[in-house]
Amino acid sequence: MTKVTMTVNGKSVSGDVEGRTLLAEFLREGLRLTGTHIGCDTSQCGACVVHVNGNAIKSCTALAADLDGADVRTIEGMANADGSLSVIQQAFQDHHGLQCGFCTPGMVMSAAALLKENPKPSEAEIRTYLEGNICRCTGYHNIVKAIMAASGQDVSAIAAE
Amino acid sequence: MYNFEFAKAKTIGDAVKALASDDAQALGGGQTLLPTMKQRLAAPTVLVSLNAIPEMIGVCVNDAGEVCIGGATTHAAVAREVAAHYPALAALASHIGDPAVRNRGTIGGSLANNDPSACYPAAVLGSGATVKTNARDIAADDYFLGMFTTALEQGEIITEVRFPVPHKANYQKFVQPASRFALVGVYVAQYAGGVRVAVTGAASDGVFRWAEAEAALSGDFAAGALDALAVPGNDMITDLHGSADYRAHLVKVMTKRAVAAAH
Amino acid sequence: MPKDTGIGARSKRREDVRFLTGRGAYTDDLAMQGQVHAVMVRSTVAHGRIVSIDTSAAAAMPGVLAIFTGEDFVAVGGNPAGWLINSRDGTPMREPKRPVLAHGKVRHVGDAYAAVIAETHEQARDAAEAVAAGTEIEELPAIVDMAAAVANAGNRVHDEIPDNLCFDWGWIEDNRAAVDAAMKAAPHVTTLELVNNRLVPNAMEPRASIGEYNPGTGDYKLTTTSQNPHLTKLLVCAFVLGIPEHKLTVVAPDVGGGFGSKIYHYGEEALVLAAAKKLGRPVRWTADRTESFLTDAHGRDHVTTIEVGATLDGEILAIRTNTLANVGAYLSNFSTATPTFLHGTLMAGPYKVPHVYVNLKAVFTNTAPVDAYRGAGRPEATYSLERAIDKMARELKLDPVAVRRKNLLKPDQFPYTTPVGLVYDIGDYHATLDKALEMADLAGFEARAAKSRAAGKLRGVGLSTWIEACGIAPSHLVGQLGSRVGLYDAATVRVSATGTIQVMTGAHSHGQGHETVFAQVVADKLGVAESAVEIVHGDTSKIPFGMGSYGSRSLAVCGSAMDRALDKIIDKGKKIAAHMLEAAEGDITFENGSFSVAGTDKAKSFGEIAFSAYVPHNYPLETLEPGLEETAFYDPNNFTYPAGAYLCEVEVDPDTGKVTICSFTCADDFGNVMNPMVVEGQVHGGVAQGIGQALVEHTAYDENGQLLTASYMDYTMPRADDLPFYQVDHSCATPCTHNPLGVKGCGEAGAIGSPPAVVNAVIDALHRGGMTQVSHIDMPLTPARVWAAMQA
Repeated sequence: MTKVTMTVNGKSVSGDVEGRTLLAEFLREGLRLTGTHIGCDTSQCGACVVHVNGNAIKSCTALAADLDGADVRTIEGMANADGSLSVIQQAFQDHHGLQCGFCTPGMVMSAAALLKENPKPSEAEIRTYLEGNICRCTGYHNIVKAIMAASGQDVSAIAAE
Repeated sequence: MYNFEFAKAKTIGDAVKALASDDAQALGGGQTLLPTMKQRLAAPTVLVSLNAIPEMIGVCVNDAGEVCIGGATTHAAVAREVAAHYPALAALASHIGDPAVRNRGTIGGSLANNDPSACYPAAVLGSGATVKTNARDIAADDYFLGMFTTALEQGEIITEVRFPVPHKANYQKFVQPASRFALVGVYVAQYAGGVRVAVTGAASDGVFRWAEAEAALSGDFAAGALDALAVPGNDMITDLHGSADYRAHLVKVMTKRAVAAAH
Repeated sequence: MPKDTGIGARSKRREDVRFLTGRGAYTDDLAMQGQVHAVMVRSTVAHGRIVSIDTSAAAAMPGVLAIFTGEDFVAVGGNPAGWLINSRDGTPMREPKRPVLAHGKVRHVGDAYAAVIAETHEQARDAAEAVAAGTEIEELPAIVDMAAAVANAGNRVHDEIPDNLCFDWGWIEDNRAAVDAAMKAAPHVTTLELVNNRLVPNAMEPRASIGEYNPGTGDYKLTTTSQNPHLTKLLVCAFVLGIPEHKLTVVAPDVGGGFGSKIYHYGEEALVLAAAKKLGRPVRWTADRTESFLTDAHGRDHVTTIEVGATLDGEILAIRTNTLANVGAYLSNFSTATPTFLHGTLMAGPYKVPHVYVNLKAVFTNTAPVDAYRGAGRPEATYSLERAIDKMARELKLDPVAVRRKNLLKPDQFPYTTPVGLVYDIGDYHATLDKALEMADLAGFEARAAKSRAAGKLRGVGLSTWIEACGIAPSHLVGQLGSRVGLYDAATVRVSATGTIQVMTGAHSHGQGHETVFAQVVADKLGVAESAVEIVHGDTSKIPFGMGSYGSRSLAVCGSAMDRALDKIIDKGKKIAAHMLEAAEGDITFENGSFSVAGTDKAKSFGEIAFSAYVPHNYPLETLEPGLEETAFYDPNNFTYPAGAYLCEVEVDPDTGKVTICSFTCADDFGNVMNPMVVEGQVHGGVAQGIGQALVEHTAYDENGQLLTASYMDYTMPRADDLPFYQVDHSCATPCTHNPLGVKGCGEAGAIGSPPAVVNAVIDALHRGGMTQVSHIDMPLTPARVWAAMQA
């Protein structure tokens, strides 16, 4: 067992982990932050995306021990300080960008990472950026629309929600 | 995954020491190794992270004008930091995996693994780059020895990769639709000494140079120069996603597109 | 003016808040005090005889608490098929036992023959490897190909089933001779052989189950990823483990998608319950993605020959199909209904066809069980029909739109009795077709095609006019046809003393937004705020009964039960109001949340009536019980029949064979729409799955029965950059005539109507590009397949 200390959603946390403990497992089982989901074994579905030191990564494909000292943000840390939905979260609700909700935490984390580096992405840029996030419910239409809306773009001309 | 002892090296020397035992393995970004370990298909007893060795991270241009990329530099960093120096290489890096994978995966990890469908091997071979390790410099033409096989010795670490910058270059990837690795990827680079064409994804032995195309393009750097050539299908992979003939066909199509797009 | 609340409003989904903030509670998110972990030991061969299992080494490993093998479940029951099908000769289908853990033989890769329970997941996994190492399985030749399975009587998936045939079904057998005669007499016959490719449903949440047992009371609890908790309870209690039904609670918390795969009961659910009892501790199991690929019920997998007899001007005279349908190694719960009564009965499509006959043979193979996946039988029927009609139009040099117009039923022809046993109550198929053509600007196609040509691409357009049958019912009819369950549903409406409302519904949302949409219906009907209504689902201890959510039935069947219960609440409210207002009950009207005496200004609000029901100081106690809670069961008297027209435009890259979807247009008739935003979302998702089937999704077993596509590295999931924005419309609505809400269901439409539109578009593109030799390409139309077809 190794002791790791991280900042998770602004709070310092620490815990004992095995070498093989994945960041996703540390978050879910160690810290009970179960909003980060595990949907595949091959780093493709993106349900586990979190931010580490400001960058989106797949927490199922990173070792907790390798991220000792990291600054981690998860879906639980995305709402506004007063608990209200952030702009991106609100856009997902407004535009029906989620159905079963399982992939949603990863989608929101990826969307936030995208808008940080590209504040007004085009439809094509959003679709390309979401290559590593699989959604089986929405057909992506309303996810793409929600991200465009969250970036301040007028989406009223896009076909119905 | 099976358990293992985790070590995080701070210097190349530390890493080499930690990797001395037979069943120790280096961990780059882990984007291939960790999924393999999750499936219990790899079982190192010691895993040595190379992610915190400052001298292995970053991009610079050396006196010879080569773009030098530290072995633990992520794909995302290459895409960002190489763009001004070697745009075709930056563009290739910006399409490996997906954004989250690019924030973890490293050039050294990708080259050490030498997946037959990976993108970086095409850039390294297509650029005639030099793979620098803790022990020696390895020319690209000597580095790739077949599927998942390289010239690296046990415990040897890729510390840097040096790319000579061509006049023009381009990489065209036709993706395997599920994994988004290259079903066929072709890297074309035009140097003063001639054109290099490296193909990934297509052949069972991994990345290779298409000599006939290099000769034709060295004479006339135009897509039309390839019209008369045909890629033989016999060494190509046949799988669910495409037959050998299809891959051979795509090699030519992608090479032409790369030539047309090279700048 | 669009409404901002109640029926027809685009109410935002209340469930989104918890999902968007990481507070969803999916099964694997729950931690139980003292929990331990189960790992299944699965066969790595497709077909084999279990010679011996030595668990002693595994049992001695750290943390191991118990090991189960098939032997432990020999004395209990098995997981049954829900529908008995009779063959053409009247004999009942062959129904092999499906045990909790394989016993005697393993029959597909992934078939679990043992399970290990340990303190941690990794310990269980280590010990599972040791069990596998201690197991000897004599490998037998794998039976993978359906035609070979039927032809080779010597090699059997189930030793007692001689030709690997589950049943040989004719629908309708009495019509066969007339159909044969009509086909023979037809001036033109189009024949098409096609494969409806096997799909893996791939809900993003892998299956998971937690078993608990209270030794003090003898109560069991199963928390599981289910679309259908009551059915799971019934199956576990009555068929598999023999637990008294009142001693088991099944809870399906938030469920991360299902698409059919979570309707069924799976062996892991019984295993965690049995293990929890044995150990006295909660036992949890969660599938990894590869296990999901290997063991979730798959979908489709038909090989069909369809013939369409027609006049030379395209009037359809007869349709005949011959199909081999793969049921896999065991019969999953709905696996026998899906290729029969959800497929053969739809073979007339939305057309007026005098003669239709369907023959379907269901075949056992050494592959994962196949069952209902989004659309379930109806996509297979629609694909066969819409591809064949397109081919017929091409052969006769007729416009595919004109051919459909010629044959589509007209609005004045309803109710219409099809030759395959259904009565379509209402529809306007010409309206949806016209709407789709207008939305897609078919008139502008040639200009777009010219632009594509200039860019070196081939453009094509494909059409599909489709119908489905949803809300499968009524129970007395399905009973005659072999169903072993009733297909009604139930709801309880509980009004509290302060006038807020809980509705306990047998539907279970796994992404459809019931918590919001059902509340809209209640709010509208009772004249209360949506926020005063709570929908309770997914817990058998709270809900009277239910048959779950699938087959686009939630609103049509469960919603109707809820509507009936609301009627009872209003009726009782009127009685209370009559007493309080000193009026005759017949004079009380209920509108906008107010009970009033007709023609006067005397009124009581809904809240006042609710309060009076629980604080009955001024109340007719002699004739009326206090309280305000009503339950209704609803059994529909017919299916509902959503229908529509889909148009797809594609570009094909002639150099690589890659197909790009340029636009996808849907004009649907779902009857009345409760929340347009949610309905449109359902269509988007269905279309994406249909495009996935048509272009990228492929489930491949090799000749040894190994699944080649067992992860996302090889099974292609449609991604954002594979898909366009869709144009969807549901304005051509003809409300269902036989349920109180006038709704038809919308969950499956997209997956049913879209695959033939995509394939028709690709074939059209190739023909326009001069490749007229290509009459068909089997799905998925991957670049490699399209390129190969172009070379032929």
